[in-house]
Amino acid sequence: MNASPFTNPSTGAHVRSVRSDLPGDLMEVSMGPHHPSTHGVFRMIVTLDGETIVRLKPVFGYLHRNHEKLAENTSYLGSMPYTDRLDYLNSMTNNWAYARAVEQLAGIAVPERAEYVRVILAELTRLLNHTCLAGFLMQDCGCSGTPLMYAFREREKILDLFESLSGSRMMCNYQRFGGCRVDPSADWLARARQLVEEYGPFLDEFEALLTGNEILLARTQGVGRLSAALAINAGVTGPMLRATGVNHDLRKVDGYGVYPRFQFRIPLGEHGDVYDRYMIRILEMRESLAILRQAFAGLPAGPIMNPAAKLRGFRPKVGEAYGRIEGPKGEIGFHLVSDGGPNPWRYHVRAPSFINLTILEDLCLGHTVADAVIILGSIDIVLGEVDR
Amino acid sequence: METLTQLRDRIAALFPAADVVLATNPSPSAQHALRLDATHARAIATFLRDDPALQLDQCTNVTGIDWPEKEVVDVTRTTVPDPAGGAPRVVEEKTRRIEPGRLEVVYHLYSIALSHGPVVLRLVTGNRTDAVTLPSLTPVWRSAEFQEREVYDLFGIVFEGHPDLRRILMWDGFKDHPMRRDYREPDDYEWEPTPHGDVLAKAKQHYPAPAPSAPSTP
Amino acid sequence: MSDPTPTNPGITETERDELRRHGILLTGLEELYNWGRSHSVWPLNFGLACCAIEMIAASMAKFDIARFGSEVFRPSPRQADLLIVSGTVTKKMAPQVVRLWNQMPEPKYCIAMGACAISGGPFKQGYNVLKGIDRFIPVDIYIPGCPPRPEALLHGLVQLQEKIRNQAIAGPDAPRHLQAEGDCNCPIPECGAHDIEPAQNGALWPKPPELVRPTKS
Ligand code: SF4
Repeated sequence: MNASPFTNPSTGAHVRSVRSDLPGDLMEVSMGPHHPSTHGVFRMIVTLDGETIVRLKPVFGYLHRNHEKLAENTSYLGSMPYTDRLDYLNSMTNNWAYARAVEQLAGIAVPERAEYVRVILAELTRLLNHTCLAGFLMQDCGCSGTPLMYAFREREKILDLFESLSGSRMMCNYQRFGGCRVDPSADWLARARQLVEEYGPFLDEFEALLTGNEILLARTQGVGRLSAALAINAGVTGPMLRATGVNHDLRKVDGYGVYPRFQFRIPLGEHGDVYDRYMIRILEMRESLAILRQAFAGLPAGPIMNPAAKLRGFRPKVGEAYGRIEGPKGEIGFHLVSDGGPNPWRYHVRAPSFINLTILEDLCLGHTVADAVIILGSIDIVLGEVDR
Repeated sequence: METLTQLRDRIAALFPAADVVLATNPSPSAQHALRLDATHARAIATFLRDDPALQLDQCTNVTGIDWPEKEVVDVTRTTVPDPAGGAPRVVEEKTRRIEPGRLEVVYHLYSIALSHGPVVLRLVTGNRTDAVTLPSLTPVWRSAEFQEREVYDLFGIVFEGHPDLRRILMWDGFKDHPMRRDYREPDDYEWEPTPHGDVLAKAKQHYPAPAPSAPSTP
Repeated sequence: MSDPTPTNPGITETERDELRRHGILLTGLEELYNWGRSHSVWPLNFGLACCAIEMIAASMAKFDIARFGSEVFRPSPRQADLLIVSGTVTKKMAPQVVRLWNQMPEPKYCIAMGACAISGGPFKQGYNVLKGIDRFIPVDIYIPGCPPRPEALLHGLVQLQEKIRNQAIAGPDAPRHLQAEGDCNCPIPECGAHDIEPAQNGALWPKPPELVRPTKS
């Protein structure tokens, strides 16, 4: 079962070979780990019948940086900067998921203001991620440059906000167990509010450029269809799952943080194809803007950090916890096992884009290689998280 | 959703031969678990997925945990009445025992249909060397496919019935299971400015300490 | 500078500027050649990890690497002059990185971008992390940071241009591609049972530096 019929048994190399039970020749192509379309060092071994994919095996591990092993050898707080580097587009939501897992493990309360600030930062991160994804997806469709330029222009604005708040553009390391590291100033909030006001017009512009575009419709509609039943069974989460029409968003289901206080809708898809996934993300950004406006309006005064929370010499009691939040890519969770020591005994990341990749082969079968590129793009993977 | 104890009793009624233990979690998260035996694990998992009251249709997270052999000290306290009629004394008795090493797989189940969870399942291997086979739950939940491969790769737990059990993160010819606690990585240590813990031990091994007479450079 | 440079003996910078004002451009072959090369360094479109996002950001609207002539990110190593190792190199990936380097035609340059590419960075203690790409391929410019800002990448690029401009086109100091035996193919390591083999390119990385452990004062 393990040996591929296209593997040369003596060398283990993948070779072009002929299979007698199918008409014509099959060709095995290795895409990646260096390939401009694979969003990092990801590799797909694709078996082609002409241009049609008949088999696809993803190969992982080219960015396996031993995050979990390192985390088990450092203190709980010491892992916080590493979580930034998991999904390096969304460091704020990674921080939050980890902080939430530790807060569940040790029973730490979070002040209200910190909860609001976390929501603001998580939704800004969602904007950032979805905008970049749309840009990268267009790049995969063969539209080199322009939409990505627009996306990165907006990304820079959000990064400027992150930088002035946390000191770093990408690796924010901002959240702590029981709150956040620094309190955003009134000036920062004013700038963030202005960004939110300007984001709507940008989305209009972006959508005018893309959403109804005939080429985009032709390339993405009906491509890479995913059924709801398979999506649930395969653990697919996030916009991928909602594009199949399953109403499941942890912000509503778990109602963590202060999300129950906000009014927002969960956009759902119908067909589960690449176009739906693109559209869900655009619509989610509009809902994020609504959440952000409400969060700015409701932001209470008060401490940003629970004074009882201990950062140094933090030793949670024996036990374990699984904490999860709705990241931009799906459910990001941390499973922590404590043996009472200063380091976690077991630290595991439930990486959304890793598990969303489970169905990659099912999505690609029967499509052409060019479609595989955009299907992979629509899954929205970040290798730092896939391989950890 | 019913409580975990009720669920345990229901499973015990349905699968009388199965050994289902409630593993409590003392932390504030209170995510308790059910420890299943390997023989019935897949049947019970299918039941959990298909039971109309549970419908645990999503297996979110699969993790391995390594518990090497360790010595535990049990302390039993007994109150002995003082024969002279004074206050009773508390006598502590310490017994040492060796807790055998084992590997554990943890599954976190949620229900999307009914929005509840998590139900945590745990499977335990016999030991860490030769009895490391556990049933794969990939036939029940596809989401376990890559995660079980990862557990196999990093912990060396063999999942029976897995459709494609290969290494996933490390390369194919790799021999070790690096997430195990006793794994030692290849020795290519390099100087680090702030070593501590394990790293300091390695630094001492690789770099000589300055001679005591040498003037320290600022 | 008023010293006569070897490229234009006997003429000072001032005199050259004076001539330029009259529309006469005086230059040497070496200078012209290096000037041309240094302003069209084409990088390989090769991202490894987090740093790659900053590399993309450097090529996008705000930072605009095109101002320095390097916006042409080539998807194929055969067309690229510059390998930007932007991110963590794992042991599983190291053979591929070296292979890409070998596939690039001379003259070629390498920038190690970020702490990971330089030394393993925050992931240095990882069992699958290569502790610096300079163990396998020669690195021209190191850009520290985690991640380095796009400005830092641009600065690194300018430093590389400076380096190219100062290369001699003849003599013993000439760069690899102008030497007779100027072949810079590095041996490709293999993924072995416990580690990559060999763990370093012996010609570049003979042994770890001899250091004395400092004491806390
Ligand atoms: S140096 Fe930092 S930002 Fe760059 S790849 Fe390494 S961890 Fe990521």
